[in-house]
Amino acid sequence: MKILVGIKRVVDYNVRVRVLPDGSGVDTDGVKMSVNPFDEIALEEALRIKEAGKADEVIVVSAGGDECQQQLRTGLAMGADRAIQVQTSEALQPLSVARVFLKIIEREDPGLVILGKQAIDDDNSQTAQMLAALWDRPQATFASNMDIDGASATVIREVDAGLETIEIDLPAVVSVDLRMNEPRFVKLPDIMKAKRKPLEVISVEDLGVAIDGQISVSQFTPPPQRDKGIMVEDAAQLVQELKNRGLL
Amino acid sequence: MSEREIMEYDVIIVGAGPAGLSCAIRLKQEKPDLMVAVIEKSSEIGAHILSGAVIEPEPMDELLPGWRDDPPPICIPVEKDEIWLLSQKGRRRLPTPPQQKNHGNFIVSLGAMCAWLANKAEALEVDIFPGYAAAEVRFTPEGAVGGVIIGDMGVGRDGGQKDTYMQGIEIHAPITILSEGVRGHLSKQLIRKFDLDSDSDPQTYGIGMKELWRVQPGKARPGLVQHTAGWPLDSKTYGGSFIYHLDKDRIAIGFVCGLDYEDPEFVPFEAFQQMKNHPMVHEMLEGGEILSSGARAIVEGGYQSLPKTEMPGALIIGDSAGTLNVPKIKGTHQAMRCGILAADHIAKTSSVEGFDAMLRDSEVVRELYKVRNIRPAFYKGFWRGFIRAAIETITAGKLPTTLSIHPDDSSLEKLAGYAPPDRQWVDRDLPPRDRLASVYFAATAHDEDQPVHLQILEPDICSTRCVEEYNNPCTRFCPAHVYEMVEDGGSRELQINSANCVHCKTCDIKDPYQIINWVTPEGGSGPNYQNM
Repeated sequence: MKILVGIKRVVDYNVRVRVLPDGSGVDTDGVKMSVNPFDEIALEEALRIKEAGKADEVIVVSAGGDECQQQLRTGLAMGADRAIQVQTSEALQPLSVARVFLKIIEREDPGLVILGKQAIDDDNSQTAQMLAALWDRPQATFASNMDIDGASATVIREVDAGLETIEIDLPAVVSVDLRMNEPRFVKLPDIMKAKRKPLEVISVEDLGVAIDGQISVSQFTPPPQRDKGIMVEDAAQLVQELKNRGLL
Repeated sequence: MSEREIMEYDVIIVGAGPAGLSCAIRLKQEKPDLMVAVIEKSSEIGAHILSGAVIEPEPMDELLPGWRDDPPPICIPVEKDEIWLLSQKGRRRLPTPPQQKNHGNFIVSLGAMCAWLANKAEALEVDIFPGYAAAEVRFTPEGAVGGVIIGDMGVGRDGGQKDTYMQGIEIHAPITILSEGVRGHLSKQLIRKFDLDSDSDPQTYGIGMKELWRVQPGKARPGLVQHTAGWPLDSKTYGGSFIYHLDKDRIAIGFVCGLDYEDPEFVPFEAFQQMKNHPMVHEMLEGGEILSSGARAIVEGGYQSLPKTEMPGALIIGDSAGTLNVPKIKGTHQAMRCGILAADHIAKTSSVEGFDAMLRDSEVVRELYKVRNIRPAFYKGFWRGFIRAAIETITAGKLPTTLSIHPDDSSLEKLAGYAPPDRQWVDRDLPPRDRLASVYFAATAHDEDQPVHLQILEPDICSTRCVEEYNNPCTRFCPAHVYEMVEDGGSRELQINSANCVHCKTCDIKDPYQIINWVTPEGGSGPNYQNM
C-alpha cells in the first residue's frame, strides 16, 4: 500500500520566537525554518512500516509556497520515495489543508495517512481530525505506537488518563505523538540521492480546492514580563507577604 | 565497526564561512565541471558565525560583480565613524585613524551574508551540507591529507551507539580546504602534525562577544559605526567595543578582549556588560530588548603568527590561518581574498603546491605586513601601544623592526602576589543579568546524551594545581558558563556543562595548562545565531 505523510514548514524549534512590534504576527525574517518535528516522527514511522514490508511507497506532501520544497527534499533524503508540493501563496488553515490532502488522497489512493499531531507554530491539532472526517475514514490521534496487521491497525494513543489502545480499519488517518519513535539522521549520500527523486508541483487551483480561511487573527501579544521577585528573610515574612497579596 | 561509506569530490571545503564559500564560488566560476562540496557543522549556514561586522566590499565586487543590486539581507552603507575613549562616566572623542575610516564599507550580518553566499554557491552547483561535522582528517596511504571523516551521529554519552546511530561517511578528495575559522580543530591538528608553525610566532587571540539589540525608535542611527577604548578595561588589558547601528531599530554591539590578559580573576563577559552600562551606551540601549547574543574567538597574530598554509593535499585559509587585520578589526575581506586566491591557484595548477608562496606575495599578506607591529605594541600597555600604533600607521609599517607575538596561554599571572587593578566597575542594570541569561539568546542546543566535546587531557590538574595557581580561570573566561567548580562531598570537582557551549574556542586557547581540547560535537549541535 501507499503511505501519505503530511509535512509542514515551520519555524525551527530552537528559534527564540519574537512577536512583531505591531502585534500583527511573529517575526519570521531571517529565521531558520524546518520540518515540523512531529511530521518528522510521522515520516520516520512511515519509513519503518515500509522497511518492514507492509507498504511499498511513501509519499511526502506539503502545501505552501516554493520554499517548502526545501522541507520536501529533507523528507526525500530521509527516505521518502516521492514528494508533492501543492502550491499556494495563501495563508493556510487546518480545514483548507485537510481539503487539499483529501484531493491528494483521491489521486493517490493510499492505505494510510500519517500526520504529526500538531504543528509547533499554531499548535492547532486539527488537520488530522478534520481530514478523517472529510474522508469519512477512522482516525487515531496522538499515537505513540502502531501495529499494522493486514487491513487493520492497532494503535496506542496517549490520552489524559493514560494510554488507550484501539483498533482501526485501514485506510485511516493517524496523527503521531512524541514517543512514537526517534527520527533517523540523514546520511550525506542520501541528500544527493534526494535531488534525483521526483518532486511534483501542483497548483491548488488545478487541484480544485478553494482556500477560504474562516478564522482571522486579530492580535499577537507576547506574554507579560515577569515582575522582579522579592527575597524574604524567613518563613514568617513569607506568610505575611502571601497574606498581603490575598493568597492565604 | 563496518567500513565507512565513501563520497568523492575534487575539492572538499571544511567550513561555510566567507573564506570557504568564496573559494567554492570561485572554483565553480573558473571550472564549472569540478565537483566541489562544502561541509559545515552548524545546522544552518550562518548559525555558528558572528562578527560586528563592517566589511570592505572589494573582494565581493571581484567575486560577485552584480552583488550591489541584490545585496545580502542586512547590508547598511557606513555613514559615519566615531572613536571614543571612555572613562567610568565620561568620554572623549578621538580622531579616527585611517584604518577605521569606513567610507565605502558596509555594516552586515556575517551570518546572513554567509547564508546569502551559500545560495550563490548552490546556484553554481556547489554541494553544501550543513549539519555535518568533519570530525577527523582522512590521510592517504602516503601520509597526505586526502579528505575528511564525518563524525558519527547518535553516539551516547558513554560512547555507545544509540538507536539513531549513524556512522559518519568518509569524503575523499585530492584537495581539502580548511576554512574552519579561528582555532579550527582540524587546522590545529594539522598545524601540529605537519609542523606548519615552526617558522612563525605563536598565534594570539581575542574573545569577541556580541549582542544584537532592538532599541527604542530613534535611538539607532543607521550607518553609524562607533568604537570605544579605555573604560571598562585597564591599561594592561587589550580590547574595546564596537557599536554598529543597523536598520529597523537594531544595534549590533560587542566587545573584544585580547586573550593575553594577565589577571586570572578577569571575566571578559563582565567587561562587556560594564561597557553597555556606560552612560553613552546605556542611553541607546535602555528600553530595548536583546534579539540574539553570542561569542567567538578572534585571531590577532597577523603577519608574524601566520603558519605555513599549505601541506600535502590541503590548504588552510582565512581565520584558520589568521588573516584578520587587527587595527581595522576586519577579517572578512581578507578571508574572502584568501578563498579566491586558493580557488585561482587550484584552478590553474590542480594542486595546492605553491599556494603558500603565492599567498605571501599577495595583497592579503601585504596588508598584514603593514600593520604587523600594532597589536604587539600594546604589550607595553595602552598608552605606549597607542603611540607606537600611531607611528606604525604614519610610517605604513615600513620601519625595519618586527615585534614578536607572545602566546596567550602563558600570560596569566599567578594568584599569589598579584593585585588586580581597580577598574571602577559599576552596579549594572541592563540585561542580560549573567552568562546563563546571555547564553539563552545564543539558542545553543546540544543533545545531552552525547560524548562531552570538551576534552580535559589531565583532569587532576583542575582541583589541585589550577585551584592554587589561578583559581580555575576557565570558570570565568568561558562566555557561556560551561565550566563550573562544584563542591562534591568536601572536594571541588570540575563540572562541564557542555550543552551551553557556543563553540567560541576561548577555552582551547586561554587555558594556562593547555589541557582543554575542543573537538566537534555531533553535527548540527551548537548555537543557532540569527542575523549575527
